[in-house]
Amino acid sequence: MNWRRAWTIARKEYTQFFRDKRTVAATMLLPLIQVVLYGYLSSDVRYQPTVVWDLSRSAESRHLIEAFTNSQYFSMKYRAQSMGGVVRRIADGQALAGIVIPPNYASLLHQGKTPQVMVAVDASDATAARTSLSVAQAIGASVSVGIQRKAAIERGIPIPKVGVDVRARAWYNTALRQEVFIVPGVLALVMQFTMTFLSMSTIVRERELGTLEQLVVSPIRSSELMLGKMLPLMTIGYINVTAILLMAVLWFGVPVAGSVLLLYFTVLVFFFTTLGTGILVSTVAKTYIQAIQLIQFFLMPSMLLSGFIFPVDAMPVPLQALSYLVPLTYFLVIVRGIIIKGIGVEYLWPQITLLAALGLGVFIFAVTRFQKRID
Amino acid sequence: MTTSLHVESLTRRFGSFVAVDAISFDIQAGEIWGFLGPNGSGKSTTIRMLCGVLAPSDGKAEVLGIDVARDPEAVKLRIGYMSQGSTLWADLTVIEHVRFYAGLYGMSGREGEERIAAWMQRTGLSERHNQLAGVLPGGYRKRLALACTLLHAPQMIFLDEPTAGVDPVSRREFWDIIVGLADEGTTVMVTTHYLDEAEHCNRLAMIYNGKIVASGTPESLKHLPQIGTTVEIFSNDCVGVLEAIETLPFVRGAGLYGSSLHVALASAADIDRLGSALAATGLNAQPPHPVLPSLEDVFASVAGSP
Repeated sequence: MNWRRAWTIARKEYTQFFRDKRTVAATMLLPLIQVVLYGYLSSDVRYQPTVVWDLSRSAESRHLIEAFTNSQYFSMKYRAQSMGGVVRRIADGQALAGIVIPPNYASLLHQGKTPQVMVAVDASDATAARTSLSVAQAIGASVSVGIQRKAAIERGIPIPKVGVDVRARAWYNTALRQEVFIVPGVLALVMQFTMTFLSMSTIVRERELGTLEQLVVSPIRSSELMLGKMLPLMTIGYINVTAILLMAVLWFGVPVAGSVLLLYFTVLVFFFTTLGTGILVSTVAKTYIQAIQLIQFFLMPSMLLSGFIFPVDAMPVPLQALSYLVPLTYFLVIVRGIIIKGIGVEYLWPQITLLAALGLGVFIFAVTRFQKRID
Repeated sequence: MTTSLHVESLTRRFGSFVAVDAISFDIQAGEIWGFLGPNGSGKSTTIRMLCGVLAPSDGKAEVLGIDVARDPEAVKLRIGYMSQGSTLWADLTVIEHVRFYAGLYGMSGREGEERIAAWMQRTGLSERHNQLAGVLPGGYRKRLALACTLLHAPQMIFLDEPTAGVDPVSRREFWDIIVGLADEGTTVMVTTHYLDEAEHCNRLAMIYNGKIVASGTPESLKHLPQIGTTVEIFSNDCVGVLEAIETLPFVRGAGLYGSSLHVALASAADIDRLGSALAATGLNAQPPHPVLPSLEDVFASVAGSP
């Protein structure tokens, strides 16, 4: 290994990268745009526009509607005077939920019977609908317990006991904020996309230009060429990570609970898989366009399988098995573990070890293939 | 005289296609050795094998006494290679290119800077110091590529179509540099399909379909026995004459050459037969007279003969 030659390559790469202002802007800004978009778009299904048809028009029914409003999940935007009115609002998309309170709601309560309230939800978006429905059920349960208590006290009979007293506590992300979960994920995703893409293009472009052949005839060795090419990319990667972390802390108020140093170290481990994948693609593809098409085959499934959006535990078993072959899966667990849970090597060592093993495998395979290609 | 390059039945196959078919030749130190042939005849493949970019399928090549297949890295340190097409980065300046190659060959400090300055001067690039390679005119691009190739003072250089797409004036200046290098003792192997440029070479080899079909000095090639006799015919209807005589049994080949016609005949005895055949057509043409064949004629006849 001749460090001077590796540095000569690295210096050229830095010069070329920073000369192209558009690439610099794209590489530096795109990750931040992604963080902002994912951060905001992922926030919960709050304040769903709701249409109410209250046939009871009683103090009790008003109390129920208030309970829905107070949950912050429903926003009573429309009043309907018929079932047709409820259906119309939901059908044309003005409302996402409809509540129908029967005329005998108050009287049934007074008789000690259980009235039925209808909550209809536009379930086109199943995830949002599921949240709304479970919130509605919880509201119903808590309102009825309140009413039963009140009735018992009024009649002077003992307060009925609830069967099971479940006290749920949310750990780590106590406020259940979706962005706390998604922002570290975006960090991992950006690393995956940017690094793979940049390492692929830095070699394919050189091959397409014909300059790679010129380098091959020079005394430079493959290892020096690789080091010189990858070093600037790692710098860019670390700039991105730092920018995203600052954004997470300063903008979204997502604190880094664990060790930043460990985080930066695992980013280095992750570089092997991302940069290695890029090099691997560059040895297969003959042109830049071909490389871009090829890399989609890897990037899209790896994003979907990694648990970035869909939890790995909820996947069918064959897909779960596949997801363990995706390096991003491990990196996501690591990044979320460090940032959200604040855990360290004592818990994360299996993921770090597997990530390193996968990374070294891919990297060594890619670099050997690269050597063969230029021979 | 020492031998700079020794090639022995060098072969390269791509699948079932034989790109270079058991060629052998030697190049002496300080020689300008031209490699002539149409596109796809195996010139670039040969050069790429000699520079250690491509592994030979068969045969042997010794560059500066080193077996390329065995120790390509040692060869790479001592040679310069200017590949076909653009080898520059459009977004780097002239001086950045030169410094980059200086770095690759481990030249640094005062000595490195002096050598850079000398080559910038010699190739006329000094005043374009800070220009981006992407906006350089074609001729200057080639000079920059050449400067990058020569910076480390290689003992032997391989130039693959160095003047393709360059205007005639730049081509002449480029050749002045090459001839100067050879005078200083650098061995030059150059491929071209400009046959006029081939006259600059000390020796030539013509390659066709992966095989060397003729070799020697430009002068000796023109006197090869298998070429026979070449005659020239002046006419104001060259196309008409060409059509009329092309099919004659004793005409081995004929082609337009500038404003005249070159016809290949088996021997001088056929000149008179051609003259009378020509007169019989009634076309307005001067009688054929023998000329020295051009390298194009030589190539046409050696490539055509089995």
